[in-house]
Amino acid sequence: MKRAGPGRRRAIVTALLLAPSTLWFVALLVMPLVVVLVFSLGERAPAGGYQAGFTFANYLNLPARLTAFTNTLTLAPVGTLLCLVFAYPLAYFLAVKVKRAKLMLLVLVILPFWTSFLLRTYAWIILLSGKGIPSWLAVVGIEGVRLINTPTAVLIGIVYGYLPLMVFPIYVSLERLDKRLLEAAADLYADPIATFRRVTLPLSLPGVVTGCLLVFILLMGEYLIPQLLGGGKVFFIGNALVDLFLQSRNWPFGSAVAIALVVIMIVAVGLATRWAKHQGATREVSLL
Amino acid sequence: MNKREFLHHLRRYQQGSISRRQFLGATGLGVASAVLATELGLRPRRAFAGDIGDRVSLCTWPSYHDPANLELFTQATGATVEMTVFGSNEEMMAKLQAGAAGYDVLVPTNYTIRDYASQNLIQPLDLAQIPNHDPSAHDTRFTGEGAVDGTVYAVPKDWGTTGYVINSSEVTEGPTTWKEFWDLTQTTHSGRVMVHDYQLTTIGNALKYYGYSFNSIDAAELAKAEELLLAVKPHLFGINSDYKPSMLSGDAIMSICWTGDAVQLRRENAAMQYVLGREGGEIWTDFYAIPADAPNVKGAYALIDYLVTPDINAKEVLFHGYPSTDARTNALLPKELLEDPILYPAAEVLAPLEFGATGLITNEARAELFARFKSA
Repeated sequence: MKRAGPGRRRAIVTALLLAPSTLWFVALLVMPLVVVLVFSLGERAPAGGYQAGFTFANYLNLPARLTAFTNTLTLAPVGTLLCLVFAYPLAYFLAVKVKRAKLMLLVLVILPFWTSFLLRTYAWIILLSGKGIPSWLAVVGIEGVRLINTPTAVLIGIVYGYLPLMVFPIYVSLERLDKRLLEAAADLYADPIATFRRVTLPLSLPGVVTGCLLVFILLMGEYLIPQLLGGGKVFFIGNALVDLFLQSRNWPFGSAVAIALVVIMIVAVGLATRWAKHQGATREVSLL
Repeated sequence: MNKREFLHHLRRYQQGSISRRQFLGATGLGVASAVLATELGLRPRRAFAGDIGDRVSLCTWPSYHDPANLELFTQATGATVEMTVFGSNEEMMAKLQAGAAGYDVLVPTNYTIRDYASQNLIQPLDLAQIPNHDPSAHDTRFTGEGAVDGTVYAVPKDWGTTGYVINSSEVTEGPTTWKEFWDLTQTTHSGRVMVHDYQLTTIGNALKYYGYSFNSIDAAELAKAEELLLAVKPHLFGINSDYKPSMLSGDAIMSICWTGDAVQLRRENAAMQYVLGREGGEIWTDFYAIPADAPNVKGAYALIDYLVTPDINAKEVLFHGYPSTDARTNALLPKELLEDPILYPAAEVLAPLEFGATGLITNEARAELFARFKSA
């Protein structure tokens, strides 16, 4: 009995400490998801909205939003990859090359976050519309370029908006990289390319994976960028959802689309995590 | 005012189409500083006939109220007007259906009022609290739908038509019909035409291509309209009810358009011309109504009463460019406005126009068609 005392007390303390986050989790994540799940099995009320029912018709109707799914599932990975391509050199530069003014440069990367994302995306509308970049290109002889309301415009917006989210995780993993390993590689006659490929890159992989997941997950639910820079012509699942809830007011079908999105994300993120773990494991083995 | 509208004004200011003073007025930054001063107790709140609270939430359409008028209202009552703008009646109704949207005043279009009332989303109006509204001053052709089975749910704001605007320096074919609108979109002007993000007008005017009723819910007719819209979609510049910025920047040269937007566009660029398709299309009236769950009913009545006051309403008309339904307001307006063919189209083009039909706002076939068109 006496020995169980502190154990039980610890259990109670743990439970109390976990209670707020558990409550938060249940109230704000699990409950809404259950509601969405129930809605997805219902029917559209005659005046729009939700009406109780039990049907899988909404799930069978999912192919009707195939374009939205295809757009999202192509532009989200491509956008993530582009972010990576632009972010890695920047993060490398900040973490390895910069000696002085590092803090200032880091602040410059975060600086855009100080103004509203909406405002910055609006700025891109002006830049990409006829009187912006296309008109400057026309001056140097490249006529008839159209950017706004195209997938290119959406990708530009994505790279611009999500770049800092990719830069920071990679920066952190490169910053922590033990510089002596690079010297060791050089001592072992590895040229700079081999050093990067076999030392720097594998060691920064956790940052790359984190950054990619962060950007990819957010992109899958993206609504604003396609809405503003795609002009209603580049349609993401997020846009389909807004339409289903606010315009055609088919809540059950909207719920089914939302559930489908959640499932796709879980599968994609699950696969990515497994791949990353696998990479990590082989690396450890090869080090041994 | 929401972010979108604020940015719209910011862009106009940056493009130099409005002055700094207009920008501060339009965006309410002037009001905002005044409100801040009041909140901080720096300025005494003025007395008004009864306290109406410190804010009234107005749910309306883009560029639909003279910011100077709303500022005066705030000065007179101490209540700021919180404005939210929508792109379609569907969106507005969806927010109310979801419940507790927190809006005090609504600006619904004629054909939606019966549906709002039957779903108990708006409340019957006590006209004694809107003394500045005089029913006898309004033409009942425009205002009849404010009452549902004898109960008044809404008082008229203004009326207008839905046609299309062309930038005549680029669209030189002089189109006069909806058929030409859709044909030009798919040929000569591919990539530079916009349609509303709004099922009523976009589907309605696609129906006009075949000469069907703007209000059709006939399955075969809707199928034809869908076929046309899907064929047109790759040729569109965009699907957006806020088409003025793109028309002004020159990216778009033709768009489905409402009366007042055409007036506002022409104010900025004389080449903008308004066309009412000869086959017909929509004529409509917008109303003021109060949601059933309005948090500040007193404030709602005060704001509506203020806005329907003829001299205030006249300033509204001069700002938004939609004709008033109120004869007393019209008496205060300049002659050239009352003779403007955009506001007051000739009888022969007005005759074939149809008011939106009750039931269209909740019609599933049209809602689904539009959702398919957008996600195609």
